Amino acid sequence: MTLLAPARPTVLPSTPPRRKRNKQWIGALYAAPTAFVVGMFFVVPLGLVVWMSLHHWPLLGAPTINAPENYAGLADDELLRSAVWFTLKYTVVVTVLLFVLSFGLALMVQHRRRGVGLLRTAFFLPAAVGFASASLLFLGLLSDEIGPVNRILESVGLLDGYVSWTSGSANTALGSAVVLVLWRFAGFNMLILLTGLQAIPLDVYEAARLDGATRFQIFRRITVPLMRPTIALVLTLMITGSLLAFDQFWILTRGGPDNSTTSLVMVIYREAFIELDLGSAAAISVALLGVLIVFNAIQLGVLRRRS
Amino acid sequence: MSRKISAAALAVLFLFPLLWSAWASVRTPTGFGLENYRRLFTSDNGIRVEHVVNSLTVCALTVGGTLLVATLGGYAFGRFTFPGKNALFLLTLAILMVPYATILIALYVLLEWIGLQDSLIGLSLVLIMFQLPFSIFMMRNAFEAIPKELEESALIDGCTSFGALTRIMLHAVRPGLITVGLFAFLTSWSEFFAPLILLNSTSKFTVMLAVVNMRTASFGAIDYAALEAGVTFMAVPCLLLFLVLQRSYVQGFMSGALRG
Repeated sequence: MTLLAPARPTVLPSTPPRRKRNKQWIGALYAAPTAFVVGMFFVVPLGLVVWMSLHHWPLLGAPTINAPENYAGLADDELLRSAVWFTLKYTVVVTVLLFVLSFGLALMVQHRRRGVGLLRTAFFLPAAVGFASASLLFLGLLSDEIGPVNRILESVGLLDGYVSWTSGSANTALGSAVVLVLWRFAGFNMLILLTGLQAIPLDVYEAARLDGATRFQIFRRITVPLMRPTIALVLTLMITGSLLAFDQFWILTRGGPDNSTTSLVMVIYREAFIELDLGSAAAISVALLGVLIVFNAIQLGVLRRRS
Repeated sequence: MSRKISAAALAVLFLFPLLWSAWASVRTPTGFGLENYRRLFTSDNGIRVEHVVNSLTVCALTVGGTLLVATLGGYAFGRFTFPGKNALFLLTLAILMVPYATILIALYVLLEWIGLQDSLIGLSLVLIMFQLPFSIFMMRNAFEAIPKELEESALIDGCTSFGALTRIMLHAVRPGLITVGLFAFLTSWSEFFAPLILLNSTSKFTVMLAVVNMRTASFGAIDYAALEAGVTFMAVPCLLLFLVLQRSYVQGFMSGALRG
C-alpha cells in the first residue's frame, strides 16, 4: 500500500483518458461491419450511379464518357414522359385512398375491446405476404379463368358480362393495381397510425368531452393535430413507395394495355436490361433520386417548422 | 351493433384473398387434390429443388448477416462514443431515403467488379444493406434501454466488453433480435426486385423469381391454378412465422416507430 502510494498521482490522471480512448477504439471496432456494408453497398453505388449517368454504358462492353447526352435524351423519351404522368397519377390516387382506409382502420381498432385483437391481425395479415406473391394472388383472383370476382359481381347484379380487369382497359388495369396495394398495405399503415393514436393521453379526450366537444370536433381539433408527425411519416412512406412502384405493374398488368400502366421504375428496368443501356437507366435513376431528396427535404422542413 | 358487423365484414374482405388462394391451389377440375402443386414443381418454368435451396441460402445469409452486423452496430451506437458516430448513424438511416430501384443499376455493375455478379452471396449482402436502417435503429434502442449497472457488473467481474455482450447483453436484447430477424426473413424470402436484377441464370433463381417466371415467361396461357399453388407455397411460411411471433413483432415495431 505504502509502496504504491507515491505512484498514484502519476497514474490516476493518465488512466481515464487512455481508457476512454481505448473505449472509443473498441466502439469504432463494433461499428466497423456497419461502416463496411453501408460504405461498400450504399455510398459507393450512390456515387457510381451518378458516374454511370455521365457515360455511354452498354450492358456489355467498355463505357465511354458522353455527358450530358443521357440527360438530354430523357427530354424526348416518349415512354418516359407518359410513365412520369402515369406514376404521378397513380401516386395521388393511391396516397389518398390508402391514407383514408388506413386511418379508418386505425380508428376502428383503436380501443381494446373484445375482438379488436382479431381485427388487427386480420387487417395486418396481408402485409406478411410478400408483395410479389400478393400481385400473383390478385392476378389469379381477378382473372376470368379461375377468379371469383367476375362471377360474384355478376350474381349481385353489379356487372353485366365479361370484364378483363388487369388488361381490359387502362382504367381497370390501374384500378386492379390500386385495389391490390390497398389490400396489401392498409394494415401496415394502420399499425403505424395506431402507435400515433395510442401516444395521445386519454385525459385529453376526457377533457374535451367534458367541455362538450362533438366526436367530429375532437377528431379535427385533437386527434389530427397531435398525430401530425405520425401522419407525415405515413404520407412520406406512401408517396415514396408509390413513386417507386414496380412489382404490381410488372406482374399484374405487365405495363399494359399499350404501356398505359408503365411506371417510372419499369422504364429504368427496361432501359437497363431490355435496351441494354445502363447509362440512360442511371440518368433516370439520378433524376428520380433528386426528386425524392427534394421531396424529403421539404417534408422534413415542414415538419420541423410545425413542431 | 352495425359497427361490429361492418368491422367483421371488412375483416372477412381482408382475409378472403388469402383463403381463396389456398382454396384455388387445391382445386382441380374434378374436385380437390395436389395436382396443381405437382405441376408447380415439375413444369418447365416451375419451382425446382435448387430454387428452394437457393432461397433458404439467401434467407440464412441475410438473417444471419443482418443479426451479426446489427447486433455489433447497435451495441456500438447504444453504448459507445467514437469519432464519426453520428455521421455513420445518419448515413445508415439515409438508406431509407434512397430506395432500391435507384441504386440497383449501380449495384449490378459493382457486384460484377468484385466477382459477385449472379451470386447468392452478393444478393444477400445487398439485402443486408437494405435491412440495416431498420435493424440498426431497433438494436440501438434495445441496447440503450439496458440499465448501465448490468453491463458494469459484468465488466467488474473481469469480462471484456465482448464478453459482456455475449454473456449478458444478448439475452437482454432478445425481443429486438427476434423482430430484426423476422423482418430480415420476411424480406429475403419474398423479395422480388433485387433478385430479378442481380441474378441472371435460372439455376440461381430464388423461389419467388421462379414463381413469377411462370407468369412472365409463359407465352401461351398462364397456368393460374399452379400460380396460386406457388403463391400459397410462398405465403404459408411467412403467415405461420408471423402468427407465432406476432406479439414481439408488433411490440418491437411499435417501440421503434414511437421513438422515431
